Amino acid sequence: MADITIGVVVFPGSNCDHDTMHAVASFEGVKPVMLWHGSHDLQGAKAIILPGGFSYGDYLRAGSIARFSPIMQEVVDAAGKGLPVLGICNGFQVLLESGLLDGALSRNRDKKFLCRDTYIRPVNSNTMFTGLYREDEVLSIPIAHGEGNYFAPPEVIESLEEHDQVVFRYTDREGHVSDEANPNGSVGNIAGIMNRNGNVLGLMPHPERASEKLLGSEDGRRLFASLFRQL
Amino acid sequence: MAYTAKIKVTLRQSILDVQGKAVEHALLNLGYGSVGSARIGKYIEVSINEDDALAAERICNEICLKLLSNPVMENYSFELEKA
Repeated sequence: MADITIGVVVFPGSNCDHDTMHAVASFEGVKPVMLWHGSHDLQGAKAIILPGGFSYGDYLRAGSIARFSPIMQEVVDAAGKGLPVLGICNGFQVLLESGLLDGALSRNRDKKFLCRDTYIRPVNSNTMFTGLYREDEVLSIPIAHGEGNYFAPPEVIESLEEHDQVVFRYTDREGHVSDEANPNGSVGNIAGIMNRNGNVLGLMPHPERASEKLLGSEDGRRLFASLFRQL
Repeated sequence: MAYTAKIKVTLRQSILDVQGKAVEHALLNLGYGSVGSARIGKYIEVSINEDDALAAERICNEICLKLLSNPVMENYSFELEKA
């Protein structure tokens, strides 16, 4: 059987594209391909990953220019037809700017760029991205961002909660949601959300940086595994 | 006729402005006790080649909403000047 193709979009400024390719390539039966931002060709990818980085230098706002790149027009169309799309960190910022997800990300509450391990909990394991997680487990997955403070108006947050679109929350080691466990000030400790249809997920933590023992944690690996087994 | 649009983009009041906070603290540390608060925004100058001020204004609103600001967390305002 032919390998399933997974597209990893490369914007000028993406710097987690190779890490993501590496993580994806470690799964049997899956072949990652790089998709250049200036192309309109999704190369038959069965899922798209927008990697972390600083697309277009993050000038103006993180992700704001990337959303207008040629490849994103195809990604937005395909996502509308149900193609799975995963946005990691800067990829999450691009998904918000492109309107595939609701809300916005502003600068971290404590003014710092944060690069460290965080604990998150999959608060919804009933998605194509989290099927292999249990909702009561606590995952160790690193973050690396300066603009990860998730914000949306109260009515949007209410709607996200009501439709189980909040997928990950920052917690402490024991899995409790608290202000102390919130690295960036995100509303409701939100670390990741999905769209109403469940095929687009964005999160600030980097699962590709926690996808093999050598990296200190394998907790991100099941996110990819959950997705790939659906394709 | 060309116009210059002088555009200001600012974070909404409800959004924490961490850059503004840092500047505010620095000013207080410098001894400017009367400084209440500081907020930081962006200033963008765009030239628009339109003969008609209304057309230039329409384009300016459009680019502000589409790219230059994020309406979820920012407000914008602008002045149009004949270039």
